[in-house]
Amino acid sequence: MPFSTHRPLPAEIKALQDSIEAKAAEYGLDFFDTVFEMVDYDEMSMLAAYGGFPVRYPHWRFGAEYDEMMKSYSYGLSKIYEMVINTDPCYAYLLTANELADQKLVIAHVYGHCDFFKQNAWFSKTNRRMLDQMANHAARINRYVDRFGYEEVEKFIDRCLSVEDLIDPHLPFATPREEVARQAEQARKRRETAPPGDRFEAKDYMDEFVNPPDALRERDRERKERDDASRDARHFPERPERDVLLFLLDHAPLKDWQHDVLSIVRDEAYYYFPQGQTKIMNEGWASYWHTTIMTQFALDPSEVVTYADHHSGTMATSPQRLNPYKLGIELFRDIEERWNKGQFGPEWDACEDRVAKENWDRKLGLGREKIFEVRRVHNDVTFIEEFLTPEFCAKHKMFSFAYNDASDYYEIASREFQKIKQQLLTSLTNHGRPVIRVLDGNYRNRGELLLGHDWGGVELRQDWARATLTNLSELWGRPVNLETIVDEQPAIMFCDGGEFDVTPKGPRIRRRETARRGG
Amino acid sequence: MSRAIDRDSQRFKKIVRGKIRDDLKKYVTQGEMLGRKGRETVSIPVPNIQIPHFRHGKKGSGGVGQGEGDEGQPIGKGGRPGEGDGPGTAGNEPGRHIREVELSMEELADMLGEALALPNIQPKGKDEISSTKDRYNSVRRTGPDSLRHVKRTYKRALKRSIAAGEFDPRNPVVIPVRDDEEYRSWTTRPEPQANAAVIYMMDVSGSMTDEQKGIVRTEAFWIDTWLKKQYGGLQRRYVVHDAVAHEVDEDTFYRTRESGGTRISSAYAACEKIIARDFPPDQWNIYAFQFSDGDNWGEDNADCLAKLTGGLLPHCNLFCYGQVESPYGSGDFIRELRRVESDHEQLILSEIENRDAIFDSIKDFLGTGR
Repeated sequence: MPFSTHRPLPAEIKALQDSIEAKAAEYGLDFFDTVFEMVDYDEMSMLAAYGGFPVRYPHWRFGAEYDEMMKSYSYGLSKIYEMVINTDPCYAYLLTANELADQKLVIAHVYGHCDFFKQNAWFSKTNRRMLDQMANHAARINRYVDRFGYEEVEKFIDRCLSVEDLIDPHLPFATPREEVARQAEQARKRRETAPPGDRFEAKDYMDEFVNPPDALRERDRERKERDDASRDARHFPERPERDVLLFLLDHAPLKDWQHDVLSIVRDEAYYYFPQGQTKIMNEGWASYWHTTIMTQFALDPSEVVTYADHHSGTMATSPQRLNPYKLGIELFRDIEERWNKGQFGPEWDACEDRVAKENWDRKLGLGREKIFEVRRVHNDVTFIEEFLTPEFCAKHKMFSFAYNDASDYYEIASREFQKIKQQLLTSLTNHGRPVIRVLDGNYRNRGELLLGHDWGGVELRQDWARATLTNLSELWGRPVNLETIVDEQPAIMFCDGGEFDVTPKGPRIRRRETARRGG
Repeated sequence: MSRAIDRDSQRFKKIVRGKIRDDLKKYVTQGEMLGRKGRETVSIPVPNIQIPHFRHGKKGSGGVGQGEGDEGQPIGKGGRPGEGDGPGTAGNEPGRHIREVELSMEELADMLGEALALPNIQPKGKDEISSTKDRYNSVRRTGPDSLRHVKRTYKRALKRSIAAGEFDPRNPVVIPVRDDEEYRSWTTRPEPQANAAVIYMMDVSGSMTDEQKGIVRTEAFWIDTWLKKQYGGLQRRYVVHDAVAHEVDEDTFYRTRESGGTRISSAYAACEKIIARDFPPDQWNIYAFQFSDGDNWGEDNADCLAKLTGGLLPHCNLFCYGQVESPYGSGDFIRELRRVESDHEQLILSEIENRDAIFDSIKDFLGTGR
């Protein structure tokens, strides 16, 4: 049961919402209906702990999140101003205790998000009825709790959550698997029913000589052997699979309820993934619109100081952490300015005169149009790839930093544009998390699972990898292996639940070779 | 209304407590709690109540930041593992810190008792009336309306109206009159409270290193926690000694550094004095804990035994001697005590080899339930 029923907004706030909504639409923002609700800090933390939703399945990690948020708020370390969830209609929460200037800022900010949710391509496949879906998930899991006991279900959810991010972000955009299978089946049928293509055309009475039966039989036999061999050598899965959860759902020996719980965890992971993929853009876009609406329309002169204070708080940067709000809004502004002045295209790229570039202004006025297009088609990775420029990096004093093993400090590594961009893209790819694929579901022909880590220069955290593999082996029901790099050497981590070890890959192969030579 | 988040919070707290219970030995032996103690609660750091994922390690990791500085300039410490994703991921959220959990001393004592299977102490039969308590457990015929016992009043009224033949089951109206009324009332009961005193004696002579003293203090802290739970008004006294003994306050006991020769009898004398002065043995449950590395001035041993068997042991519920192994001390003293150990069941000896032994030593001392 939801913890609260919808309460009508106070008239004052409702009036603000209406006027800001009208203004946002006037600027060309196109959003779902947006429902605002006022909550106190306790409720806000609760909603935030539940990822924005009033109803979630029971699990301790929500309690942990809540505990942390309430604590850090009571110590004055952090405060949640606003929250909005991607559904149709969008639901947004306002903090009862906020000043009016803050409420305006938040409402304007929320409309930026709602437009982004509705318009950005990466959200096009998300379930907009997630409110119902989450409640449905909760009901299903509660039913399992009633039947199998809290601890049992919780233990299993722990395991599922441990691998929840092993999904394939591109899968929602791929052709569904059934469709791929159907097409493959059709192709096979076509091949079988088609007349043999490797016979030469010949008159009937010449056929025996042009296509000698013995030679044909021999060729068929060879082909059949080749087909059989390739079928035997076929991998399972045929190609490395990034959606490890789907692979588990298809092949792990799960009980019905476990299968259902895992599929729930997977559904929710897919729902949240695009938000992680577009954090910089989404926050940048919302910030762009709250400043625009506030400074050009909604702000009362008496509120300027409060607004400036809170806006600058949101935009604050620190050396060790890139603020997505700040980076996003500045990039959007940069793009707007460049397209207004015509600072793009082959001619601009070819120009090497610094002064000419600085004064470049073709007065095209294409900025607004451009940023609306950008917010529709990009995600953070392509956004940075396409629009981060050397000038921007220099202007915003960006640098890349790296971990120094010897000193245990993070140190500034470079101020070179290419290196900064490379590092930024690396950090954003797959949320900066390791990419793991299923390589083999019948490893060593013993039903073990073999995973591969796409090593991109950073090694895995050993203790966590071990704990995660343990959870995976519980799900898979057989030992699990992971190909990765440990201490700069290719290695395989092995885990059968109790036992865990790491075998360097190189030496073992070499040993086998010497043995063979010796024998 | 009960909220879903409360269930999840409760569950989380249970897991945290479970984790503390699992690691209790570590907390007990490392003594890190001493510095983190508030008035009634301690904060305990519990790392890693997290769901593990595949994550990048620090080695080879990096990120992008903004600000001044040259290449090679440090911008932040690597941090301990368990503190979340660290830098590298763009984010506006504050970094995650090791979780600190507030526990009451009482809860902690319970956990300790559970872990060591400590029996609750049966106080000696010297209960003294030291406090009274009001309990609302009776009724009176008069009193204020706020205390009127409605159910009893109506029962009486019903009885009266039936007896008087006024009661009509088809129109069951019962109207109490003045005589029917009953009021809740209290009785004042004396609460017996067992008086208990504990006297800690610590050798701070030159052969006791800081590590040894640390062990003693840690163990004393836990003994204290347990006894405090067992007795309402526990009194404590502290004695430190080298060749001479001083009665000190709690703070000094937990912090002092001294050096010199060792004369254990001086501590016993101080202990006797304290008992005689503050705690008449027929009214008090007395606990004495003595810690030393066992390196006593040779001629003093006889004096010690005389004081112990003569003046101390008969008065104490428990007399516990903990000998902390020291790289310098001879450790002879415990051998002297072993000779009289069997004659006195309240005398308990324990050798504490190192920090890890604290746990078992507490069990030796308090496992008797005396």
